[in-house]
Amino acid sequence: MIYLQLYWEFFKTGLFAVGGGMATIPFLREISLRTGWFTPAMLADMIAVSESTPGPIGVNMATYVGYTVGGVPGAVVATLGIVSPCIVIILIIASFLDAFRSSPTVDRAFYGIRPASTALIASAGLGVMRLCLVDEAALAAGAGILSVIRLPQILLLAAIWVMTNLVKPLKKLHPLVFIAFSAAVGILLSM
Amino acid sequence: MKNAKLSDLFLAFARVGVMTFGGGYAMLPMLQREIVEKRGWATDEELTDYFAIGQCTPGIIAVNTATFIGRKTAGIAGGIAATLGVVFPSLVIITLLASLLSNFAYIPAVQHAFAGVRVCVCVLIGNAVVKLWKKTVIDRSTLLIFLAVLAGSLFTGLSPAVFVVVSGLAGLAVKALEAKK
Repeated sequence: MIYLQLYWEFFKTGLFAVGGGMATIPFLREISLRTGWFTPAMLADMIAVSESTPGPIGVNMATYVGYTVGGVPGAVVATLGIVSPCIVIILIIASFLDAFRSSPTVDRAFYGIRPASTALIASAGLGVMRLCLVDEAALAAGAGILSVIRLPQILLLAAIWVMTNLVKPLKKLHPLVFIAFSAAVGILLSM
Repeated sequence: MKNAKLSDLFLAFARVGVMTFGGGYAMLPMLQREIVEKRGWATDEELTDYFAIGQCTPGIIAVNTATFIGRKTAGIAGGIAATLGVVFPSLVIITLLASLLSNFAYIPAVQHAFAGVRVCVCVLIGNAVVKLWKKTVIDRSTLLIFLAVLAGSLFTGLSPAVFVVVSGLAGLAVKALEAKK
């Protein structure tokens, strides 16, 4: 039963993704590789749409994946799946808020979990990066480095990095601006 | 204060959901206007606390904050009403967009646009990682955990959940060893 399976996958994501929307990406990538419900390339597109539309990124991605897998009921089931563990955990924490906030055990566990969460997001990001910059078909055929790497993509990557990190007036702009810019460059260069 | 109507909670959080781009801290100004100033359901200090807890508990920060405020103003049913409110706009907007996009996905221009957008997504994830790195990799032990989890998730097929649980235990162990010294 696909809906039960969707609910369960997103329940796990909601339970273990610590630190906000981006933290769901490694879980979604794992779901994509394991179930084949959607490809890693589709995941990258979903991230872009989730960043460019209203609403929390994690919820948007759950809705998107759910819709892709099982239509409107799938969207509802995946969204409920990702929020159910949050609701339960917060209702429990809220009833002993002060004890939770000052608990040394919680503090120590999260001292270890926080860098792990960062590493998981980095690893998922490297997966998306390889997908964009490397021509897997040419790599498998043993072609030279110049035909394996996608030069226009690498130049665009460098340009966006410079704009989002080094150019003062651009740094503060909403991600939507950079996503729209990249879409335009993609069309102009027939990427 | 414990007397907010469930329908009010749902609508107020739906408004926050529809006006937030990006989630997380991007939501804070909207919450301050809708929840603190207009409705008086929480104070600025409480919001800051909820965000801090949201950052270090599983789940989506926006959802966690909605559950907290809903529960505080109308009990468990309130927590559920506020949470459903904050996710409702996403459900509608993303479902509409996804159905549109899947109808246009075969057009070459759309494919070229998404090839460009994917490159942008790499940079956005990279920037998020750098920001998180500064806050979470703070000494030699956290650097070791970061490197071990990065290598583990790149080269093994283990579920991310395994790394979260193991690194939580590692955090407990490291702190216990430090206390002994």
